[in-house]
Amino acid sequence: MPGIGLEHYLTVAAILFVFGIMGIFLNRKNVIIILMSVELILLAVNINLVAFSTHLGDLTGQVLAMFVLTVAAAEAAIGLAILVIYFRSRGSIEVEDINQMKG
Amino acid sequence: MTLDAAGLVSFSFYLFAAITVASGLLVITARNPVHSVLWLILAFFSSAGLFVLLGAEFLAMLLVIVYVGAVAVLFLFVVMMLDIDFVRLREGFQQYLPFGLIIAGILVGELITLGGVWQAVGDVSANLADKAPDATEVDNTAALGQLIYTQYIFIFQTAGMVLLVAMIGAIVLTLRSRPGVKKQNIGRQNARRPDEAFRLVDVESGQGVDPSAFRQTGDRE
Repeated sequence: MPGIGLEHYLTVAAILFVFGIMGIFLNRKNVIIILMSVELILLAVNINLVAFSTHLGDLTGQVLAMFVLTVAAAEAAIGLAILVIYFRSRGSIEVEDINQMKG
Repeated sequence: MTLDAAGLVSFSFYLFAAITVASGLLVITARNPVHSVLWLILAFFSSAGLFVLLGAEFLAMLLVIVYVGAVAVLFLFVVMMLDIDFVRLREGFQQYLPFGLIIAGILVGELITLGGVWQAVGDVSANLADKAPDATEVDNTAALGQLIYTQYIFIFQTAGMVLLVAMIGAIVLTLRSRPGVKKQNIGRQNARRPDEAFRLVDVESGQGVDPSAFRQTGDRE
Protein backbone atom coordinates (compact mmCIF):
# COMPACT_ATOMS: atom_id res chain seq x y z
CA MET A 1 0.00 0.00 0.00
CA PRO A 2 1.33 3.47 -0.82
CA GLY A 3 1.82 6.02 1.92
CA ILE A 4 -1.12 8.13 2.98
CA GLY A 5 -0.72 11.74 1.93
CA LEU A 6 -2.71 14.93 1.73
CA GLU A 7 -4.48 13.85 -1.45
CA HIS A 8 -6.08 10.84 0.23
CA TYR A 9 -7.73 12.98 2.87
CA LEU A 10 -8.79 15.58 0.31
CA THR A 11 -10.42 12.82 -1.74
CA VAL A 12 -12.41 11.57 1.25
CA ALA A 13 -13.49 15.14 2.04
CA ALA A 14 -14.48 15.76 -1.58
CA ILE A 15 -16.60 12.58 -1.70
CA LEU A 16 -18.29 13.53 1.57
CA PHE A 17 -18.92 17.05 0.28
CA VAL A 18 -20.54 15.74 -2.91
CA PHE A 19 -22.71 13.37 -0.86
CA GLY A 20 -23.82 16.33 1.24
CA ILE A 21 -24.78 18.37 -1.83
CA MET A 22 -26.54 15.35 -3.33
CA GLY A 23 -28.46 14.79 -0.10
CA ILE A 24 -29.92 18.28 -0.30
CA PHE A 25 -31.20 17.59 -3.81
CA LEU A 26 -32.46 14.06 -3.20
CA ASN A 27 -34.40 14.80 -0.01
CA ARG A 28 -35.95 18.08 -1.02
CA LYS A 29 -39.01 17.46 1.14
CA ASN A 30 -37.38 16.43 4.40
CA VAL A 31 -35.79 19.29 6.34
CA ILE A 32 -34.16 16.94 8.85
CA ILE A 33 -32.16 15.15 6.14
CA ILE A 34 -31.25 18.51 4.59
CA LEU A 35 -29.88 19.66 7.98
CA MET A 36 -27.91 16.41 8.22
CA SER A 37 -26.55 16.98 4.71
CA VAL A 38 -25.35 20.41 5.81
CA GLU A 39 -23.60 18.72 8.73
CA LEU A 40 -21.93 16.33 6.27
CA ILE A 41 -20.73 19.28 4.16
CA LEU A 42 -19.28 21.00 7.23
CA LEU A 43 -17.59 17.75 8.25
CA ALA A 44 -15.96 17.57 4.82
CA VAL A 45 -14.75 21.16 5.26
CA ASN A 46 -13.32 20.23 8.65
CA ILE A 47 -11.46 17.24 7.23
CA ASN A 48 -9.97 19.54 4.58
CA LEU A 49 -8.90 22.08 7.19
CA VAL A 50 -7.29 19.51 9.46
CA ALA A 51 -5.59 17.71 6.56
CA PHE A 52 -4.01 20.93 5.33
CA SER A 53 -3.14 21.92 8.89
CA THR A 54 -1.19 18.70 9.38
CA HIS A 55 0.33 18.79 5.91
CA LEU A 56 1.66 22.32 6.30
CA GLY A 57 2.52 22.07 9.98
CA ASP A 58 0.33 25.08 10.75
CA LEU A 59 -2.08 24.95 13.68
CA THR A 60 -4.36 27.73 12.38
CA GLY A 61 -6.34 25.20 10.37
CA GLN A 62 -7.25 23.26 13.48
CA VAL A 63 -8.27 26.45 15.30
CA LEU A 64 -10.51 27.35 12.37
CA ALA A 65 -11.93 23.81 12.30
CA MET A 66 -12.84 24.21 15.97
CA PHE A 67 -14.77 27.40 15.22
CA VAL A 68 -16.49 25.75 12.26
CA LEU A 69 -17.55 23.00 14.69
CA THR A 70 -18.97 25.64 17.05
CA VAL A 71 -20.97 27.34 14.33
CA ALA A 72 -22.22 23.97 13.05
CA ALA A 73 -23.49 23.04 16.50
CA ALA A 74 -25.24 26.41 16.88
CA GLU A 75 -26.77 26.04 13.43
CA ALA A 76 -28.09 22.57 14.25
CA ALA A 77 -29.66 23.80 17.49
CA ILE A 78 -31.38 26.78 15.88
CA GLY A 79 -32.44 24.79 12.82
CA LEU A 80 -34.02 22.05 14.89
CA ALA A 81 -35.76 24.63 17.11
CA ILE A 82 -37.27 26.26 14.02
CA LEU A 83 -38.25 22.78 12.82
CA VAL A 84 -40.03 22.02 16.10
CA ILE A 85 -42.10 25.23 16.09
CA TYR A 86 -42.81 24.78 12.39
CA PHE A 87 -44.08 21.26 12.98
CA ARG A 88 -46.14 22.52 15.92
CA SER A 89 -47.97 25.05 13.82
CA ARG A 90 -48.25 23.10 10.54
CA GLY A 91 -48.28 19.42 11.51
CA SER A 92 -45.74 18.54 8.82
CA ILE A 93 -42.19 19.46 7.88
CA GLU A 94 -42.51 19.59 4.12
CA VAL A 95 -40.16 22.10 2.61
CA GLU A 96 -42.65 23.16 -0.03
CA ASP A 97 -44.96 24.71 2.57
CA ILE A 98 -42.25 26.65 4.36
CA ASN A 99 -42.66 29.75 2.19
CA GLN A 100 -45.85 30.34 4.16
CA MET A 101 -43.64 31.40 7.07
CA LYS A 102 -42.93 34.72 5.39
CA GLY A 103 -46.27 35.96 6.65
CA MET B 1 1.08 -10.87 6.82
CA THR B 2 2.89 -8.59 9.21
CA LEU B 3 2.05 -4.93 9.40
CA ASP B 4 4.71 -2.33 10.08
CA ALA B 5 3.80 1.11 11.41
CA ALA B 6 3.25 2.70 8.00
CA GLY B 7 1.16 -0.26 6.86
CA LEU B 8 -0.96 0.03 9.97
CA VAL B 9 -1.52 3.74 9.27
CA SER B 10 -2.53 2.97 5.69
CA PHE B 11 -4.85 0.19 6.79
CA SER B 12 -6.47 2.42 9.42
CA PHE B 13 -6.88 5.25 6.94
CA TYR B 14 -8.60 3.07 4.36
CA LEU B 15 -10.80 1.51 7.03
CA PHE B 16 -11.93 4.83 8.50
CA ALA B 17 -12.25 6.49 5.09
CA ALA B 18 -14.38 3.65 3.73
CA ILE B 19 -16.67 3.70 6.77
CA THR B 20 -16.97 7.50 6.61
CA VAL B 21 -17.86 7.53 2.92
CA ALA B 22 -20.24 4.56 3.14
CA SER B 23 -22.11 5.96 6.13
CA GLY B 24 -22.20 9.38 4.47
CA LEU B 25 -23.94 7.79 1.49
CA LEU B 26 -26.36 5.95 3.77
CA VAL B 27 -27.23 9.19 5.60
CA ILE B 28 -28.77 10.61 2.45
CA THR B 29 -30.33 7.39 1.12
CA ALA B 30 -31.72 5.68 4.24
CA ARG B 31 -35.50 5.31 4.18
CA ASN B 32 -35.99 6.04 7.84
CA PRO B 33 -34.59 9.35 9.18
CA VAL B 34 -33.78 7.64 12.49
CA HIS B 35 -31.41 5.38 10.59
CA SER B 36 -30.02 8.44 8.84
CA VAL B 37 -29.13 9.96 12.21
CA LEU B 38 -27.48 6.73 13.31
CA TRP B 39 -25.41 6.62 10.10
CA LEU B 40 -24.49 10.26 10.70
CA ILE B 41 -23.18 9.30 14.13
CA LEU B 42 -21.07 6.54 12.53
CA ALA B 43 -19.76 9.01 9.93
CA PHE B 44 -18.69 11.45 12.65
CA PHE B 45 -17.16 8.67 14.71
CA SER B 46 -15.03 7.33 11.88
CA SER B 47 -13.96 10.81 10.78
CA ALA B 48 -12.84 11.34 14.37
CA GLY B 49 -10.63 8.32 13.66
CA LEU B 50 -9.30 10.12 10.58
CA PHE B 51 -8.53 13.17 12.74
CA VAL B 52 -6.55 10.99 15.14
CA LEU B 53 -4.56 9.65 12.18
CA LEU B 54 -3.86 13.25 11.17
CA GLY B 55 -2.53 14.03 14.64
CA ALA B 56 -5.42 16.29 15.65
CA GLU B 57 -6.43 14.40 18.79
CA PHE B 58 -8.18 17.33 20.42
CA LEU B 59 -10.47 17.92 17.45
CA ALA B 60 -11.18 14.19 17.26
CA MET B 61 -12.33 14.15 20.88
CA LEU B 62 -14.29 17.36 20.28
CA LEU B 63 -16.01 15.72 17.33
CA VAL B 64 -16.97 12.70 19.39
CA ILE B 65 -18.18 14.75 22.36
CA VAL B 66 -19.93 17.57 20.53
CA TYR B 67 -21.35 15.66 17.59
CA VAL B 68 -21.92 12.13 18.80
CA GLY B 69 -22.76 13.32 22.30
CA ALA B 70 -24.84 16.40 21.65
CA VAL B 71 -25.80 17.24 18.07
CA ALA B 72 -26.65 13.72 16.93
CA VAL B 73 -28.67 13.07 20.09
CA LEU B 74 -30.48 16.36 19.47
CA PHE B 75 -31.30 15.16 15.96
CA LEU B 76 -32.48 11.82 17.35
CA PHE B 77 -34.71 13.57 19.88
CA VAL B 78 -36.30 15.77 17.24
CA VAL B 79 -36.80 12.92 14.75
CA MET B 80 -38.42 10.73 17.37
CA MET B 81 -40.40 13.53 19.04
CA LEU B 82 -42.10 14.77 15.90
CA ASP B 83 -44.74 12.41 14.60
CA ILE B 84 -43.84 12.72 10.94
CA ASP B 85 -45.26 10.83 8.02
CA PHE B 86 -41.94 9.74 6.56
CA VAL B 87 -43.46 7.95 3.59
CA ARG B 88 -44.89 11.21 2.28
CA LEU B 89 -41.52 12.89 2.72
CA ARG B 90 -39.87 10.18 0.63
CA GLU B 91 -42.03 11.13 -2.34
CA GLY B 92 -40.00 12.70 -5.10
CA PHE B 93 -36.80 10.85 -4.26
CA GLN B 94 -36.87 9.09 -7.64
CA GLN B 95 -37.98 12.29 -9.32
CA TYR B 96 -35.08 14.33 -7.95
CA LEU B 97 -32.53 11.53 -8.42
CA PRO B 98 -31.45 12.43 -12.02
CA PHE B 99 -31.15 16.11 -11.16
CA GLY B 100 -29.16 15.34 -8.01
CA LEU B 101 -26.87 13.02 -9.94
CA ILE B 102 -26.30 15.69 -12.61
CA ILE B 103 -25.39 18.27 -9.95
CA ALA B 104 -23.12 15.76 -8.20
CA GLY B 105 -21.50 14.84 -11.53
CA ILE B 106 -20.81 18.49 -12.35
CA LEU B 107 -19.34 19.02 -8.89
CA VAL B 108 -17.15 15.90 -9.15
CA GLY B 109 -15.96 17.01 -12.58
CA GLU B 110 -15.06 20.44 -11.22
CA LEU B 111 -13.21 18.97 -8.26
CA ILE B 112 -11.27 16.55 -10.47
CA THR B 113 -10.35 19.42 -12.81
CA LEU B 114 -9.24 21.43 -9.82
CA GLY B 115 -7.20 18.50 -8.51
CA GLY B 116 -5.59 18.11 -11.93
CA VAL B 117 -4.34 21.65 -12.23
CA TRP B 118 -3.57 22.16 -8.54
CA GLN B 119 0.08 22.27 -7.63
CA ALA B 120 1.33 22.56 -4.09
CA VAL B 121 3.69 25.44 -3.42
CA GLY B 122 7.14 24.12 -2.59
CA ASP B 123 8.31 25.30 0.79
CA VAL B 124 5.85 27.36 2.82
CA SER B 125 7.55 27.06 6.18
CA ALA B 126 8.41 30.78 6.14
CA ASN B 127 4.78 31.81 5.61
CA LEU B 128 3.06 29.85 8.37
CA ALA B 129 0.74 31.79 10.65
CA ASP B 130 1.12 29.50 13.65
CA LYS B 131 3.82 26.91 13.27
CA ALA B 132 2.85 23.67 14.94
CA PRO B 133 5.33 22.70 17.66
CA ASP B 134 7.09 19.37 17.56
CA ALA B 135 4.52 16.73 18.41
CA THR B 136 6.98 14.84 20.57
CA GLU B 137 7.46 17.85 22.87
CA VAL B 138 4.05 19.55 23.05
CA ASP B 139 0.98 17.47 22.44
CA ASN B 140 -1.83 18.64 20.20
CA THR B 141 -4.24 19.73 22.94
CA ALA B 142 -1.64 21.83 24.75
CA ALA B 143 -0.48 23.43 21.52
CA LEU B 144 -4.04 24.34 20.54
CA GLY B 145 -4.71 25.71 24.02
CA GLN B 146 -1.61 27.89 23.90
CA LEU B 147 -2.88 29.32 20.62
CA ILE B 148 -6.57 29.71 21.45
CA TYR B 149 -6.06 31.39 24.81
CA THR B 150 -3.48 33.87 23.55
CA GLN B 151 -3.65 34.81 19.91
CA TYR B 152 -7.24 33.83 19.20
CA ILE B 153 -8.77 34.79 22.53
CA PHE B 154 -11.25 37.26 21.02
CA ILE B 155 -12.40 34.82 18.36
CA PHE B 156 -12.72 32.22 21.10
CA GLN B 157 -14.92 34.57 23.13
CA THR B 158 -16.97 35.30 20.02
CA ALA B 159 -17.51 31.57 19.52
CA GLY B 160 -18.81 31.44 23.08
CA MET B 161 -21.18 34.30 22.28
CA VAL B 162 -22.40 32.43 19.19
CA LEU B 163 -23.20 29.42 21.36
CA LEU B 164 -24.94 31.62 23.95
CA VAL B 165 -27.06 33.30 21.29
CA ALA B 166 -27.92 29.90 19.80
CA MET B 167 -28.92 28.58 23.22
CA ILE B 168 -31.12 31.58 24.06
CA GLY B 169 -32.55 31.57 20.54
CA ALA B 170 -33.49 27.91 20.70
CA ILE B 171 -35.16 28.39 24.09
CA VAL B 172 -37.04 31.52 22.99
CA LEU B 173 -38.18 29.85 19.77
CA THR B 174 -39.55 26.72 21.38
CA LEU B 175 -40.94 28.24 24.57
CA ARG B 176 -44.68 28.65 24.32
CA SER B 177 -47.22 30.17 26.68
CA ARG B 178 -50.45 28.32 26.28
CA PRO B 179 -53.67 30.17 27.16
CA GLY B 180 -55.89 28.68 29.80
CA VAL B 181 -53.07 27.25 31.91
CA LYS B 182 -52.88 28.44 35.53
CA LYS B 183 -49.47 29.80 36.36
CA GLN B 184 -47.87 31.44 39.33
CA ASN B 185 -47.61 35.23 39.06
CA ILE B 186 -44.85 35.97 41.53
CA GLY B 187 -45.04 39.77 41.21
CA ARG B 188 -48.72 39.83 42.01
CA GLN B 189 -48.21 37.31 44.79
CA ASN B 190 -45.61 39.49 46.47
CA ALA B 191 -47.65 42.66 46.03
CA ARG B 192 -50.64 41.12 47.79
CA ARG B 193 -51.58 42.81 51.10
CA PRO B 194 -53.76 41.47 53.92
CA ASP B 195 -56.40 44.16 53.45
CA GLU B 196 -57.01 43.09 49.85
CA ALA B 197 -56.68 39.41 50.58
CA PHE B 198 -59.69 39.07 52.86
CA ARG B 199 -62.62 41.10 54.12
CA LEU B 200 -64.95 40.65 57.06
CA VAL B 201 -68.61 40.80 56.18
CA ASP B 202 -71.60 40.85 58.44
CA VAL B 203 -73.99 38.45 56.85
CA GLU B 204 -77.64 39.10 57.43
CA SER B 205 -79.40 36.04 58.65
CA GLY B 206 -81.04 34.17 55.78
CA GLN B 207 -79.68 36.58 53.11
CA GLY B 208 -76.33 35.11 52.04
CA VAL B 209 -73.57 37.04 50.33
CA ASP B 210 -73.39 38.24 46.76
CA PRO B 211 -70.21 36.56 45.42
CA SER B 212 -69.70 39.10 42.65
CA ALA B 213 -68.85 41.75 45.24
CA PHE B 214 -65.76 39.75 46.22
CA ARG B 215 -64.21 39.38 42.81
CA GLN B 216 -61.04 41.39 42.53
CA THR B 217 -59.67 42.94 39.40
CA GLY B 218 -57.07 40.65 37.89
CA ASP B 219 -58.62 37.46 39.20
CA ARG B 220 -58.76 34.63 36.75
CA GLU B 221 -62.21 33.40 35.94
